This record gives sequence, structure tokens and C-alpha cells, in this order.
Amino acid sequence: MSLAGLKPVLELRDRLLSATRLFFHERKYLEVETPVMVRTPALEQHIDAFQAGGGYLRTSPELHMKRLLAAGYERIFQIGPCFRAGERGRLHNPEFTMLEWYCAGADYMDILIETEALLKYVAQACLGRLSFERNAQTIDLGGEWKIFSVGGLFKKYAGWNPLENFDERRFDDDLVSCIEPHLPEDFPVVLKDYPAQAAALARLKAGDKHVAERWELYLGGIEIANAFSELTDAAEQRKRFEDCARRRALCGSEAYELDEDFLSALECGMPQSAGIALGLDRLVMLFAGASSLDDVLPFR
Amino acid sequence: MFSASDLRKGLRVEIEGAPYIITEFNFVKPGKGASIYNCKMKNLITGSTLNRSYRSNDKLDEPKLEERTMRYSYQEGDNYVFMDKNFEQINVSAEVLGDNRFFLVEEIEVEILIHNGRPIGVDLPTFVEKEIKETEPGFRGNTATNVTKPAKIEGGYEIQVPLFINQGDVVKIDTRTGGYADRVRVAKGS
Repeated sequence: MSLAGLKPVLELRDRLLSATRLFFHERKYLEVETPVMVRTPALEQHIDAFQAGGGYLRTSPELHMKRLLAAGYERIFQIGPCFRAGERGRLHNPEFTMLEWYCAGADYMDILIETEALLKYVAQACLGRLSFERNAQTIDLGGEWKIFSVGGLFKKYAGWNPLENFDERRFDDDLVSCIEPHLPEDFPVVLKDYPAQAAALARLKAGDKHVAERWELYLGGIEIANAFSELTDAAEQRKRFEDCARRRALCGSEAYELDEDFLSALECGMPQSAGIALGLDRLVMLFAGASSLDDVLPFR
Repeated sequence: MFSASDLRKGLRVEIEGAPYIITEFNFVKPGKGASIYNCKMKNLITGSTLNRSYRSNDKLDEPKLEERTMRYSYQEGDNYVFMDKNFEQINVSAEVLGDNRFFLVEEIEVEILIHNGRPIGVDLPTFVEKEIKETEPGFRGNTATNVTKPAKIEGGYEIQVPLFINQGDVVKIDTRTGGYADRVRVAKGS
């Protein structure tokens, strides 16, 4: 689409950005900006960073924002670019805009309530209503938000329980081919309680070490946000990073150095917190009723 | 060698010795999960299609493909001989050319796609000019183009032409569709 033809989309995006800032400011959140160019990226099995200027472009602002949490900033949000190498498709762009926020004293289910409030607030501001249409399907944010447990969905549609015997390859394949096609598309859907192995930076459930306190939000069948109760145990976090670096090296991926600044911040003490990352480009796409990022990113 | 992240629509890859072009490409990545690259591909020689899906660390071979600009020279039995500006020759079989063999004109410039030294496809200019060798006499003055009759060009290839076309006329043929496009010259003496 021509740049001029994208005007309605760019106006929608402008309204979304200002409504988002208003929402967080009303709730006494502080807007922050953390480095886009970082010394070492967060270690995740399947996220690859671009090298830049002797370091890397950030794949997420998570580690720096958690350093702010540890320093006593209790409610912070950030809107900014993140970069992930090798991710390009209908729903992916190597450069994308992330909305990320953290709240001290909260857990993952508290932040779900806040996410619901945010999405209703911005939809009202951008569209003047709580529902939007995509592929002739109405998605109503005002309706019930359906919450499913990952273990339950896998048992029902894939015939096995990834919380008991985790098999990573099978988990990804079945999530895409058996679970996602069954998710309802006419109201918001939340998948919660992931296998511990599928959440490198999340806290495990007290009393069940197989389960990580993590959820993912789907709108119209599209994954839009990922939230955790954050892991605050420095020793456990170091161990997970080291495991991850080893696994990355084993399959030929670059094993990034550990972010020692982040780990020492955890050692000094980070409050129990919940955090969430939400893909803003995808939200624009959904609100615009588009089916590909091609239709909403002007310079793709 | 390609890695999975190089895959995209239009890319040519080699699978089990055969060259393929990716006709549909779909990247999926469940949150925090592995990248999955789904490809639909077409065999550049046989035209058959194939669905494959790849992971980040998968590698694919790059086909040894070469595109050469050549001029058509002459026919030798079932082979068609092309020559480049250094007079180097390539023989292309009727099977590889398909219907395109009827549209060759001496000295016409074509692009020949070569895989491991073997020609596998010939790209013609969009339009070529051919003389009508055989058709029912035309109706002078009937300039309608929506009523057609069969006509044959060299080699016996049949096309549908407007009624006003006569034997000996030169017409323009669209090589993409193999159909009549326009009249270029009227037969001498008519």
C-alpha cells in the first residue's frame, strides 16, 4: 500500500499511542526509555539478536526495566522498538514496537485485569467502541475473557500433558497445529500456566514446580501479549540463563554472555512483580481489521 | 547454502537434486517457541508441488542455476539450437520448450534457465511475430475481433484469429497465453 494510502492506519496508530500513554499516566505509571543498543541480550532459547556497534540491538527491554524495578520504580511502562533476527512473516517483522509494563506487588493474574482495562480503554479511544471486525468476525473486548489452562488444552486437543513430560519440539508443533486452530476467535482468549521449561524469566507456581506463572493473550486467534509473575530469585535466574546458553550452544545458536548487571540487581533484591509485553503493531493490525503487518507498517 | 531464515517467496532452493521455487511462504512462531518456516514449492523441471516445513537450524542447498541470454539459431530434428554472442551453442529439446517451440523466430533473443549445465526452461519475449500459414479466406471489411476462426502458423500450431486475418498475414502472438494479440502486416498482394 502507498504511504499516502496508509493515512487512516497511521492516524489510528497515533490515537492508540496517545491513549496508551494516557491510560498509564492516569494509573500513576512512569514512562521510561531504556537502551536500544545493549551489551548482551536476554537469553532465550529461540530469540536471536542482531549485532550492532560491538553489542546487540535489544530483543526486549525486559532486563533493563527489571533493574529499574529493583531500584525502587514500582510502576513503569515503555513503548519502543525491539529487534529479533530471522523473524519475518505475516505476523512478524524483525523490527517491531513493544509496549511493556511492570507493576511491583502484582502477580500475573493482577496484570491480566489491568490488560483488560487497557485494551477496553484504547479500543474506546481509537474506535469509539469495544468491538472490532476482522475477517468478517467480530471480536468483542466487552464480552467474557475466556481463560484456559495450557495443560487442559493440550490434554483435550493434543492428547498429552506437557506439564508432566515436556517435549519442546512437540509442544511448539502441537500448539500451532492442534491448539491454536481450536481457540475461539470472537472474544479474548487467555492461555495460562505454561510448562516451566517454556518460561525462562517467569516465577514457578508455589506448590507446583512444573508450572510457570505465565499467560498469553489471543485476540482473533492472534497472539498479542505475554505476561509473567516475574522471577526474582537471582540464583535461580542465573541457573536458567546458564542452562539456556548451553542449550543454545548445543544447537548452533550464539550463546550470549550473561547480563551480570541485571543479575546483581536481582541479588540486591527486586520486589515481587508482574510484567507484560504487548505487540503494538499487531494491535494496530487488529484494530484496523487487517490480516497482515504488510497492511499497517509503512516501510516494510 | 541457505539457512531457514533466508527462506522467502520466490527463492530458488535445491531439494534432493531438483531445483524448486518457493511459491508460498508462511512464518509462524508461537510465543517463546521455535520459529517454523512453512513453504510450498514448485519443481522447476516437472512443475510438481511440495510442502515442507523447516526450523531455524535447518539448512538448504542453493541450486546451481544460471540464466543465459541467447539467440535462436535453427532446428535440428527434435533439438533447437541457440547461440550466444560468442557463438557458443546450447541445444534445447522440444520437451523442455513445450509450446514455446512454435513461437521461436530466427535471431529472437531468449533467456535460458540452466540447472547443473542442463537447460530446463526458456523465457521468450512477451510478443513474437508469426506468419499465418493456413486459414479460411478472410472477410475484407469485417474488423470485429470478437468473432474468431482457427488459423495455423508454422509447425502446425493452431490459434484463434479474427475473421479479417488472411493466409500470409503476419500476426503478433502473446507467448504467455499462446493467443493472438494483433495484426502486424497484411499479406503481400492482397
